[in-house]
Amino acid sequence: MAEIWRGTWVVAYRELLRFVNERSRIVSAFAFPIAFLVIFGAGFGRVIGSLAPGVDFIQFMYPGIVAMTVLTSSLFAGVSVVWDREFGFLKEILVAPIGRAGIVLGKAAGATLTALLQVGIMLLLAPVVGVSLSPAIVLGLVPIVAILAMGLSGLGLLIASFMTSQQGFQLVIQLLIFPLIFLAGVFFPVNQVPLWLEIVSKVNPLTYGVDAIRQVFLGSSESLGVTVLGHTMTLVEEVVLVGVLSAVLLGGAVFAFSRQE
Amino acid sequence: MIEVDDLRRRFGQLEAVRGVTFEVGEGELFGFLGPNGAGKTTTINMLCTLLRPSEGSATVNGFDIVRQRSQVRRSIGLVFQQQTLDEYLSAEQNMRFHAYAYGVPAEVREPRIRELLTMVELWDRRKGSVRAFSGGMKRRLEIARGLLHHPRVLFLDEPTLGLDPQTRRHIWDYLRRLREQEGLTIFLTTQYLDEAEYCARIAIIDRGQIVALDTPDGLKRSVGGDLITFSTEDNERAAAEVRSRYGAEVTLSDGLVRFHAPHGETFLPEFVRTFPLRLLSVGLRRPSLDDVFLKVTGHELRDAELDEKQLLVQQGMPMRRRFG
Repeated sequence: MAEIWRGTWVVAYRELLRFVNERSRIVSAFAFPIAFLVIFGAGFGRVIGSLAPGVDFIQFMYPGIVAMTVLTSSLFAGVSVVWDREFGFLKEILVAPIGRAGIVLGKAAGATLTALLQVGIMLLLAPVVGVSLSPAIVLGLVPIVAILAMGLSGLGLLIASFMTSQQGFQLVIQLLIFPLIFLAGVFFPVNQVPLWLEIVSKVNPLTYGVDAIRQVFLGSSESLGVTVLGHTMTLVEEVVLVGVLSAVLLGGAVFAFSRQE
Repeated sequence: MIEVDDLRRRFGQLEAVRGVTFEVGEGELFGFLGPNGAGKTTTINMLCTLLRPSEGSATVNGFDIVRQRSQVRRSIGLVFQQQTLDEYLSAEQNMRFHAYAYGVPAEVREPRIRELLTMVELWDRRKGSVRAFSGGMKRRLEIARGLLHHPRVLFLDEPTLGLDPQTRRHIWDYLRRLREQEGLTIFLTTQYLDEAEYCARIAIIDRGQIVALDTPDGLKRSVGGDLITFSTEDNERAAAEVRSRYGAEVTLSDGLVRFHAPHGETFLPEFVRTFPLRLLSVGLRRPSLDDVFLKVTGHELRDAELDEKQLLVQQGMPMRRRFG
């Protein structure tokens, strides 16, 4: 147990060190969401107008972009494993007395901390795009982002355990990331779209993560929320759902890593 | 310090290690000599708990490599064949990561890092990114890192592969000093014959089996003495003469007559004085480990490498498995 704990923090510590050492990664981590926010916001904002009383398109989309930042940064935990394997450093980690579970949890924890950092910087943009912030919103975001990031990095690590090349991993992630984002209600309220799109979006678990973050910002709302079988999901229900799924994904990643030699 | 009993490892159809048994004493510098694909890396990976043996058992520092993996890992330092540094961190950060991962207490950590980086002459470069290091510097850093947690045994898998001769000599200086100063047990693999000479004992491994195990001198003695070469105006007759006089096996090639004689230094003057034909040239050569390898395996080190590669290609088997 002590070994798993030490492994978790030492691996997470290195992930953070690397994040700080690689300035290009920090820049690219923000360029993408900011581009979305500015371009889509400017482009659609006036055309679409208000989606609900007092909620314009940017205010609607902003929480979704936060979720998107968490998604891309968490999946990076998987890239880092493939990277370590390609450059040999994984052996240094595997042979240390820290246990496989510690390695997986450390990678996930590292990704979660970097995701929280990125979300923190995203929040600095909130006033610029007209999204109001309060201490309660910031405090509410931390656990939700953490749970979402743990689960998504679990998914990234699970995929990474089967991949030996970065190109292969990137390809799989690209294939995964776009449907996950576009069908998660980042850009439109899932209750107000054609039925097929509504069904696909409501099957996508990320939708509930996005909506949970949105509820923290905008409060619950019939028209913007996610209604499943006539029931509008509450924040607590969504957090539990995402939490269970995250635990399963992380557990799967731990299992996949301990099975391998 | 290391006890290995009939260790085996299969990868599908291919049996990479086919039952090796040996012991390494405390403070010994022990070498595994063999061509690529002979099973050296597979054996090391089993001993350092990265790979489970298919059969057989082994202990390192008294701990079982299957049941007490964690204790084994704390007892050993490792330098792999491939580089295993994080190039995006500095030398110091790489060292610290290792210290944290092995739970080196804080009050020991910083002085130990300083001591080791000074030893491998990288203290001045401690803040430098590893990316900018030369191959030799990276190797030195890896050796320093491997020693950080005070291991009892240092495993080195081809520590000097791909390095220039000067750097190789440098690394060997460190290794010998380490063994003398810290009483460290060192287990290394190499395919360089000259490096095998530095070892107290050598196991020659070929196709997954140990074919000879002794001190370098002992191995050379086993070849059957020193190699005598000479030439005369009539080498055929000279060869027949040697056969009848000394009962030795004689070979003729490149205009030279060759045969082995024990204690060449004392034999040679006697031979020159009494040989009936006029000698044009005489030479004496101590047997090399190359000769030993040729004798115990029936082929030369370089040929063996080619054979193994062909064998692997035929079987479609990657020799070095990826981990993780």
